[in-house]
Amino acid sequence: MRTTRRTFMRTSLATAAAALLPIPLLAQQGLPIRRPIPSTREEIPIVGLGTWITFNVGDDPALRDECARVMAAFFEAGGRMIDSSPMYGSSQPVVGYGLQKLGRPAALFAAEKVWTSSATAGPAQIEQSRRYWGVPKFDLVQVHNLLTWKPHLQTLFQMKAAGTVRYVGITTSEGRRHDLLEQIMRSEPIDFVQFSYNVVDREAEARLLPLAAERGIAVIVNRPFRQGALTDRLKNRPLPEWAAELGISSWAQLMLKFILSHPAVTVAIPATTRVDHVRENLAAAAGPMPDTAMRQRIAAHVKAL
Amino acid sequence: MSEWWTYRPEDFLLFSPRVYWRLFESHNAALWPLHVVTLAAGLAIVLLVAWRPGSLARWVTLILGILWIFVGWSFLWNRYATINWAAVYVAPAFFVEGALLLVASLLNALAFDRRRPADWIGYLIIGFALLGQPLLAPLQGRGWAASEVFGIAPDPTVMATLGILLLARGRLLPLLLPIPVLWCLLSGLTLHTMGEPQAWAPAATLALAAAAWIWATVRQRRSPSPA
Repeated sequence: MRTTRRTFMRTSLATAAAALLPIPLLAQQGLPIRRPIPSTREEIPIVGLGTWITFNVGDDPALRDECARVMAAFFEAGGRMIDSSPMYGSSQPVVGYGLQKLGRPAALFAAEKVWTSSATAGPAQIEQSRRYWGVPKFDLVQVHNLLTWKPHLQTLFQMKAAGTVRYVGITTSEGRRHDLLEQIMRSEPIDFVQFSYNVVDREAEARLLPLAAERGIAVIVNRPFRQGALTDRLKNRPLPEWAAELGISSWAQLMLKFILSHPAVTVAIPATTRVDHVRENLAAAAGPMPDTAMRQRIAAHVKAL
Repeated sequence: MSEWWTYRPEDFLLFSPRVYWRLFESHNAALWPLHVVTLAAGLAIVLLVAWRPGSLARWVTLILGILWIFVGWSFLWNRYATINWAAVYVAPAFFVEGALLLVASLLNALAFDRRRPADWIGYLIIGFALLGQPLLAPLQGRGWAASEVFGIAPDPTVMATLGILLLARGRLLPLLLPIPVLWCLLSGLTLHTMGEPQAWAPAATLALAAAAWIWATVRQRRSPSPA
């Protein structure tokens, strides 16, 4: 869908309203806030579930069950988007195991990636991923880390036209190749873009996030805690007293709220192996969100620690 | 891979330390009590090498060759590959090393018939691989169930092989050394990236092997050549 002035305004206003209202209705009910995917207006909870490293547990039955419990808690708390990739070892079959165990929750928003340097191997890889998940089709397929992006995007656009995937996206991480990503966001009719953004890695605020809002592209944020490094760094520090205004109880929630309060962000996808953490993450998607002044205060405080 | 200089070893680590160490628990549980046999085979190798047996030397490389192929298949191919797709590409290197050791056995291409001043380093490495490495798991709180045992897990098998090759002479040595050296580098890097202190084990093995090789070379050059 191409973005017109009207759709841009509508998206921006809706997103800003969702982000800035102190206690939206959903939050009052304890459910995560939802934001619209700009290209369709379909609403999605603003916290998803990543699977990088955490769901790569191989054939270990105990750890597979642990992942299934995390997924169960995720859906119980109102989550929808689960994101994985063929690059993530056994994460895809582990997600499939969890989905089967949970009776294939209808709420699932299945986000996958295509990750192969071969242009022709893309469709077969996506089909293999679909079998691992055990879903009829993916909601979203993204070109992973911009690898062989031109032919894979064409494949995905064809799949979208044929109705075998609902949304098309592209990803990068850790600040790599933002120039190329920006070029693709300007020139290709993608629905989603995924990149790293957190309280200390804020390069995306300069160009990618405003461009996503301008072009009507949904934003998925990966590495919200720098793969746990930020939460590890801060775990022995006391939360600032003023953080109580946001109704939070942990650094992870404070850092998530920082990300989610950016109006151009659609979903953040923290990964975890723990049920209490997934509940904590979803809880951060409800309740008051920091305003601009509070966002600056959070960033300055974390930077100073 | 674009902007390769921006990647760090952590970017290629697909699994958590917890999952990695649980692999050894599962592997040990699946293969027990085979550990008794492989450890006995390791001790038999030490005795064979120490007694400088002449024609019996081919048994050393035969046993090692079988164990390399077994570890490559059972651990790397069947187990490690479930959490690390790159293991599928590493396992064939174990099959190649195993095949080379079997060829060395067939040709009786390695001999253990000379004593050299740096031999103690070879025995030290073998001793650590057989008896020290299995202790690292319980010493670090992972319990005996996660122990890495010679002939069952890759690190002790590879380290013991390096120690044995240090004690050997023969024309196939240049072909037999690269894969164990590369594995020690890869394993050390993986463990270091995981933040595991025992990354020092493969690193120290390599450093000791290099020291022994340099020592032996220097001594050889200094000693007068036969008339």
